[in-house]
Amino acid sequence: MGVAIILIILIVGSVVFHFVSPWWWTPIASNWGGMDDTIILTFWITGTVNVAIVLFMAYCLIRYRHKEGRKAAYEPENTKLEWALTIVTSIGVAAMLAPGLLVWHDFIEVPEEATEVEVMGQQWQWGFRFPGKDGLMGTTDARFITPENPFGLNPEDPNGQDDVLVEADDLHLPTGAPLKFLLRSIDVLHDFYVPEFRAKMDMVPGMVTYFWLTPIRNGTFDILCAELCGVGHHIMRGVVVVEGPDDFQTWLDEQSTFAQSQASLKTAPPSASRLTSNEGDSGSIETR
Amino acid sequence: MADVTRGELNYVAPAEVEDVELYHPKSWITKYVFSQDAKVIAIQYSLTAIAIGMVALVLSWLMRLQLGFPDFFSFIDPADYYQFITMHGMIMVIYLLTALFLGGFGNYFIPLMVGARDMVFPYVNMLSYWIYLLAVLVLASSFFTEGGPTGAGWTLYPPQAILSGTPGQETGIILMMVSLMLFIVGFTMGGLNYVVTVLQARTRGMTMMRLPLTVWGIFTATVLALLAFPALLVACVMMTFDKLLGTSFFMPALVELGEQLSYGGGSPLLFQHLFWFFGHPEVYIVALPAFGIVSDLIAVHARRNIFGYRMMVWAIVAIGGLSFIVWAHHMYVSGMNPWFGYFFATTTLIIAVPTALKVYNWVLTLWKGNIHLTLPMLFAIGFIITFVNGGITGLFLGNVSVDVPLSDTMFVVAHFHMVMGVAPILVIFGAIYHWYPKITGRMLNEGMGQFHFWVTFLGSYAIYFPMHYLGFIGVPRRYFEIGETNFIPESAQTLNATITVIALVVGFAQLVFLFNLVWSYFKGKKADGNPWHATTLEWQTSETPPGHGNFGKELPIVYRWAYDYSVPGAIQDYLPQNMPNDVAFPKATKKKRKARAKA
Repeated sequence: MGVAIILIILIVGSVVFHFVSPWWWTPIASNWGGMDDTIILTFWITGTVNVAIVLFMAYCLIRYRHKEGRKAAYEPENTKLEWALTIVTSIGVAAMLAPGLLVWHDFIEVPEEATEVEVMGQQWQWGFRFPGKDGLMGTTDARFITPENPFGLNPEDPNGQDDVLVEADDLHLPTGAPLKFLLRSIDVLHDFYVPEFRAKMDMVPGMVTYFWLTPIRNGTFDILCAELCGVGHHIMRGVVVVEGPDDFQTWLDEQSTFAQSQASLKTAPPSASRLTSNEGDSGSIETR
Repeated sequence: MADVTRGELNYVAPAEVEDVELYHPKSWITKYVFSQDAKVIAIQYSLTAIAIGMVALVLSWLMRLQLGFPDFFSFIDPADYYQFITMHGMIMVIYLLTALFLGGFGNYFIPLMVGARDMVFPYVNMLSYWIYLLAVLVLASSFFTEGGPTGAGWTLYPPQAILSGTPGQETGIILMMVSLMLFIVGFTMGGLNYVVTVLQARTRGMTMMRLPLTVWGIFTATVLALLAFPALLVACVMMTFDKLLGTSFFMPALVELGEQLSYGGGSPLLFQHLFWFFGHPEVYIVALPAFGIVSDLIAVHARRNIFGYRMMVWAIVAIGGLSFIVWAHHMYVSGMNPWFGYFFATTTLIIAVPTALKVYNWVLTLWKGNIHLTLPMLFAIGFIITFVNGGITGLFLGNVSVDVPLSDTMFVVAHFHMVMGVAPILVIFGAIYHWYPKITGRMLNEGMGQFHFWVTFLGSYAIYFPMHYLGFIGVPRRYFEIGETNFIPESAQTLNATITVIALVVGFAQLVFLFNLVWSYFKGKKADGNPWHATTLEWQTSETPPGHGNFGKELPIVYRWAYDYSVPGAIQDYLPQNMPNDVAFPKATKKKRKARAKA
């Protein structure tokens, strides 16, 4: 009897905990509410089953506990009951799988109008790259990486010249339009994870992975690495600022391009300042 | 429906194997050290597994101290922490759980339960233990070699596993590879024994469908092991080559902390596929024996046949087969071709169905039963509760798009601990309380057992149930500390601290259990050969503990399945598998004789 009571307290307590828990998901900042909705559906279906099973067990422990003279039933199987349970379970499973796969379909099909932004991971910092005015990303390879070319851009590729580079600094993104994140790493596995975005994907050296999302509200969010990448894994942090498209464009114009970074290296010692214009000629040379 | 599992011998008797010529030990060394008796080998496996498991348990305390009180324990630095989590995980999954279920329980109970004198390859069986011990020693040595053990995570993903940003580059990672390769060799030797013994050495009358579910669980798990471990073996060989010979199986062109390395062309994803092709069946290698054993615990202590035995067997086999086509649910966010997501989410949710059926059947065995709340029964109940909870969170993670936000968060850690670290461990405890009298002739102390059960069951639930919610917030796994964030509330750190305190209390309860094991060996209440009145063959031996050769002069003959409890018209409330029908049903036999005479 006592055991059954404890089980009932356990399951009721678990349900209560769920509803009063202050630990729940971070308010969403992207269009992937479908993931949250599927989680809620899964909670209802599996939670009901969980509660039902535990309560039924508690009932059995009370009703069928050993008493002098009690004899258990002898029933090797009950095919009808077992088939019924199989069918009900299969329906429940399908009810969870279907929405999950629909959301997955949306997740892997990137909208045509999405603009690209690249996230580059390395031990233990983030780098970001935008395609620049030509809208095209230059090709990259780990073999091009040097201290002067930390993103490994192919110097022969004209598309890469105007790519905007942001190294070890905050990432800014515009709200309201779909963005395709191209993800790569130059050393080990990393994972670009912003809890408010819900979407994440590993960054694998030697290949380019992707996910897409549309930011739906402004805010400042933490970037966390979500794939073990060595002793600095837990401090590989960053910040992403989601803002209105005009503010974003202002910020973007302030960042330097690949061409500018190469130019300033040729003419000045390593501590050259950033140039603010990205038109054609290299303009005046500032030294410090 | 007709009872297909009991009846006259009206089928073709299994091929009679000549009574195996056993090696009879003559000295103390060949009796207790280099023994070919599967029961001695089982104890050796079990004690070794528990010993190294205690090391992993202590590592978990250190990890929890760091997570619960991040600024306080300055002797734990990030490198240490990643070494702790790696060794804790690898030891627990492989060197404790797999070794204990297959090498420990498999060796002791397969020959006894099938009615054989020993395993069919006793010398190879003996070798398998010593190779396992060597594997354990090689792994443990990495704590003492230069650079310490590897800190690459138990999943050992390249490229980081063999690069300088990860601890253990000097010796640890190589020792891990060598240890795993040794383990796999040893377990192939053992595994062949378990499988062939079940298939070939069953005693007369013991058909496959009369086997106790314990045997079905361990047997199927062993088949999985024989097929899955080779994938890990080749992955280890290739990773070792990448590290020592500079090959590029898994290593693309990369720049490590500013330096261009000479690797190129390899694929980190290849390792992940190989690892998880092994890794997913591995979790069923741990779970299936637990499923089988808990079925027997429930049947015995509820005095009721396991409900739906045929379906239970079918489910074990189906789960085993399906376990080979779900592996990439560990790789949904790995960057693999996204179309795989559809396939693996579907197969993963399909495998939920036979698993759920097993849960229903365990609960339906309690229904209309005659439930004795003994310690084995309590642990079985604890198993069902925690397995349902842990299995259900698997449905979240298996559903590919739901996995995207939850992957690599504490939700995953809570899931796999509940379903693999709590539930099967509760079965191990229940099994030890259940079979201790057969192995030693004494009962384990009830008071210490009750304390052990309640603290472990309620404590483990209190540790891992709230942990899921840390994952919902977005707290990542494998983090030395959470540090500063915009979005994680202070209360999450309080929760971490609370979980740590509970974990230490649960840890203490395990020490009480270990004390009980030793104390009861000398002072425990003496037990007869079958204190639980169970039907299976291991309880019907003439000696307790069973002597060399298990069954004395004559092997038993089996007349029925393993679950004749509370049979109407029977002479007592349990019918041993080797009790002839005319003894079991004295009245019915007369009627049958008359009916046969008329026909």
